[in-house]
Amino acid sequence: MSAALLVAGGICKRYGAIQACRDISFEIEEGEALAIVGESGSGKTTLLNLIAGLTAPDAGEVRYRLRDGAVRDLSSLSEAERRALMRTDWGFVHQDAARGLRMNVSAGGNIGERLMALGDRHYGRIRAAAARWLERVEIPADRLDDAPWTYSGGMRQRLQIARNLVTSPRLVFMDEPTGGLDVSVQARLLDLIRGLIAEMGLAVVLVTHDLAVARLLSNRILVMKGGEVIESGLTDRVLDDPQTPYAQLLVSSVLAV
Amino acid sequence: MMKPWSNDLLVVEDLDKTFTLHLHGGLRLPVVHGVGFAVRRGECVVLGGPSGVGKSSILKIVFGAYRPDAGRILLADGDGFLDIAAASPREVIRARRHIMGYVSQFLRVIPRVAALDIVAAAAREAGLEAEAARGRAVSLLTRLNLPERLWPLPPATFSGGEQQRVNLARGFAGDHALLILDEPTASLDAENRNAVVELIAERRAGGAGFLAIFHDEDVRARLADRLIDVTAFSAHEAA
Amino acid sequence: MTTRAYNFAYLDEQTKRMIRRAILKAIAIPGYQVPFASREMPMPYGWGTGGVQVTASILGPDDVLKVIDQGADDTTNAVSIRAFFVRTAGVRTTTDTSEATIIQTRHRVPETPLSEGQILVYQVPIPEPLRYLEPRETETRTMHALGEYGVMHVKLYEDISRHGHIATTYAYPARVAGRYIMDPSPIPKFDNPKLDDCPALQLFGAGREKRIYAIPPHTRVVPLDFEDHPFERTKFDSACALCGATDSYLDEVVTDDAGGRLFVCSDTDYCEKRQAAKRKDAAE
Repeated sequence: MSAALLVAGGICKRYGAIQACRDISFEIEEGEALAIVGESGSGKTTLLNLIAGLTAPDAGEVRYRLRDGAVRDLSSLSEAERRALMRTDWGFVHQDAARGLRMNVSAGGNIGERLMALGDRHYGRIRAAAARWLERVEIPADRLDDAPWTYSGGMRQRLQIARNLVTSPRLVFMDEPTGGLDVSVQARLLDLIRGLIAEMGLAVVLVTHDLAVARLLSNRILVMKGGEVIESGLTDRVLDDPQTPYAQLLVSSVLAV
Repeated sequence: MMKPWSNDLLVVEDLDKTFTLHLHGGLRLPVVHGVGFAVRRGECVVLGGPSGVGKSSILKIVFGAYRPDAGRILLADGDGFLDIAAASPREVIRARRHIMGYVSQFLRVIPRVAALDIVAAAAREAGLEAEAARGRAVSLLTRLNLPERLWPLPPATFSGGEQQRVNLARGFAGDHALLILDEPTASLDAENRNAVVELIAERRAGGAGFLAIFHDEDVRARLADRLIDVTAFSAHEAA
Repeated sequence: MTTRAYNFAYLDEQTKRMIRRAILKAIAIPGYQVPFASREMPMPYGWGTGGVQVTASILGPDDVLKVIDQGADDTTNAVSIRAFFVRTAGVRTTTDTSEATIIQTRHRVPETPLSEGQILVYQVPIPEPLRYLEPRETETRTMHALGEYGVMHVKLYEDISRHGHIATTYAYPARVAGRYIMDPSPIPKFDNPKLDDCPALQLFGAGREKRIYAIPPHTRVVPLDFEDHPFERTKFDSACALCGATDSYLDEVVTDDAGGRLFVCSDTDYCEKRQAAKRKDAAE
């Protein structure tokens, strides 16, 4: 498996008559950002859920290299191990921040939860760590004790990111992280994400339908349609010089401002 | 087939490129054929020829933004050479981070990010620490005469010339051995053109190699060590 | 006198066995919430049906039953439940903590230390300590199964961030036998230390939520806290106005409309015994 962090091999998933993913294989190394793009029904979200261990594939395997160097097939992980991984070495940023946050718990509590789950029992230290992260995601410090239901959409998303990154995960899954946000808010958030990816050397798997977001955040891209990978490669190469008919269609359909 | 010399930064061999427009019934647009040249350390190679002949396309192919149909693009990498045409995306990313840089004709901006931050981010990407990156961004923008009051502003509202200077600063923020420049001075006035020329000359003197397209005759005269007429490689078929 | 229309202690024998099985399971896994088939009782949910079902299942004709509500033997809830068991089981009842073999309680632990052989039955409204933060039953069950209790400390964190200290003053969560985290029912946190290493068997019944849990005798029960905000026992500024006790949980009684207040022991039996002892001393 060499330097790869996560290897997906021949993944298949069907829902009844629909083949949501057909024989998909790829690798991610530490510090790489991979975008999975496609239109509705392409299977990109299913693929994300499969590699994040949220559903099991019908065929194929997903293998992950843990921090201690051991390589594990995700399907062989126990529920406890998988959940522990989700809380430490992985992050998952949902399109809807409310799914990835405790809306009634203060920002500090939200960010500190992973630390408390790992056994941190010092209120002062947990609070200080949460405050540092709030600053890092550019949320005003005086909002530390506010619950996210009082936050704007962009701030909620930042909080969700902080909550995920507090344990310095090596791999972060993102599902349309800026989807549904106002355009003006998206730009700053994308820059924040880009900066954090670079600073923390995160590996990222990003699902998006927005090619501009893919270009901005990723260096490699998979174009999906009908459960298959139509084209893949360097992000700017695929977007500047698409080789396949579908990729050309996708790129040419994007409106420029 | 040319054998790369140890002084070569880049050796391009037998490059072919044809665009196939699947959305237009598979219409084929040949661009270039059999492209071959080399760029050595401390050398500025300029691509010349009429508009549309394929100069920009060659630059993009070398950078890995376009996929060639045939040929090799050998980039000096440590003791050996990396063929960009056959390299994995990962290898190309690494090459772009450490070996070759690219300044496009137009700045593609991320909205709402300050000019200084754009340049500093490029420096950090190339391996500098935050403080040093910022320092380099400041010095580059100063050299390129971008007024300081513009530094904290996002370039979206800048003039073409101002945007291009940010673009250039970003391109020069790293320590790349090879820099690919696509019409870097096209939207600049004489004074700023001069600043750019001096910057390039300085880097060249330090051993960096350049593969560039210069529209301006004067700039070409001052910088070009060799001029390659791309017309020789043009694959445009007669109608 | 028992009314012949009812089985002993109201519940049929098969139901009692079902509940006893649940109780045995609960004792075998301290702090773990065992689901049970809670029956229709002749009192509404929220009035102690869980505690009543537990008591009914373990009660025998030779048992001596004490029932308290907020520490008092003479409040409505205690009176009704005691009368219920007199009617359906004919057992002897008492207000004396040390005399009772089974004590059913709502929201307090008696001040008088319990002894081996006694059983304390708690009435529990919401057995799930994680419910406040996690509304999904499927999720809380998984969290208990995997020992994922980070969210419990989130609740305490919230308290401190809002009030400057852990403001939870009742139903204070505790870890049982180093494994499960439980809600000890809405007893004041003052009572939490009494659960630890108690010689008596402690049973918890939640009728509406259909759960039974238990703390076997001499089990470690440790309240949750933070290193820099450790669990502190509540202290009162005054002593009981009636018996002078400084070590019991005090109720505040408003005596007039001019702001007059009295603090008296919540545990009526404890207070009366102390008063009787004082009178005896005074007489001698």
